[in-house]
Amino acid sequence: MAAAGKIDPMHQFTVEPLVPLHIGNYDISLTNSAAWMLATLAVIGLFMWGGMRRQVIPGRWQMAVEGLIGFVDNLVHVNIGPEGKKFTPFVFSLFTFILVANLLGMLPLAIVPGWHPFTPTSHFSITGLLAIMSFSLVLIIGFWRHGLHFLSLFVPQGTPWYMLPLIIPIEIVSFLVRPFSLALRLFVAMMAGHILMEVFGSFIVNGLSSGSVLGFGVGIVSFIFIVGVGALELLICALQAYVFALLTSLYLNDAVNLH
Amino acid sequence: MDVASAKLIGAGLAAIGTGAAAIGVGFVFGQFLNSALRNPAAADGQQGRLFLGFALAELLGLMAFTVALLILFVF
Repeated sequence: MAAAGKIDPMHQFTVEPLVPLHIGNYDISLTNSAAWMLATLAVIGLFMWGGMRRQVIPGRWQMAVEGLIGFVDNLVHVNIGPEGKKFTPFVFSLFTFILVANLLGMLPLAIVPGWHPFTPTSHFSITGLLAIMSFSLVLIIGFWRHGLHFLSLFVPQGTPWYMLPLIIPIEIVSFLVRPFSLALRLFVAMMAGHILMEVFGSFIVNGLSSGSVLGFGVGIVSFIFIVGVGALELLICALQAYVFALLTSLYLNDAVNLH
Repeated sequence: MDVASAKLIGAGLAAIGTGAAAIGVGFVFGQFLNSALRNPAAADGQQGRLFLGFALAELLGLMAFTVALLILFVF
């Protein structure tokens, strides 16, 4: 954060190397992005490990894990049907990774000097990779199960023949745009939220440190506002993870149950 | 008009699209509530479609936001 008066909302998204590491001409340093993804993995691992006791009468922790798994299992079952059972682990991994990465990025760790939280999902390279994974799974499953018949996905049922030259290009474009829209939605939603928090956080700091009555008022109003925005951001973190999992299972449904 | 100020005006104009998306998202949730209160028994089964509609409407607003950021920081 620059000195008072200058707000720099994009600084929080810089990827910095923590442990420099070079092999040949490739820079494979451990960056803060990679470190936060490892932290996400550690949190998920701890959460799952604590809940896999397999007790007949589950404790609180096991109940939380079972509730999460049951939620994703229900989502997949409703959208894909009984054939979707084998995709539950994939959708569950996507959902928990995005959810935990989003929530870890919201931690107020900047209280510790020199630390600042980083959200891996606010970068297009990360969300793009997640979207490509789910899109390529749709392609693989579709061509594996249906062969070239999978291309009939581009012809909606009951289309009159004279509409086909118009409908087919539209369907192809809307199919090819899916990975971009999937990745863009998550990345922009997270980035916009963090920019908003940063800007209003800076308003509080600059307002209170200006020393004037007006600045104090602006700081108080910004503080009340940012409490509400913080709650909304937590909701959006969960909602975006849910939407990603929902759209992935809807796209998988297209590939599994071709009309 | 110099390029820098035209850039800022363009980014501001691009951000209008987020307001339009706000209308769209409000429409989705409003219509859902409207019909959910008429038939609460059927509401739970339609939540997937609710969030699908929300996601599709929101995406366009996020695209407007992306265009504003591209104008500001890329050009």
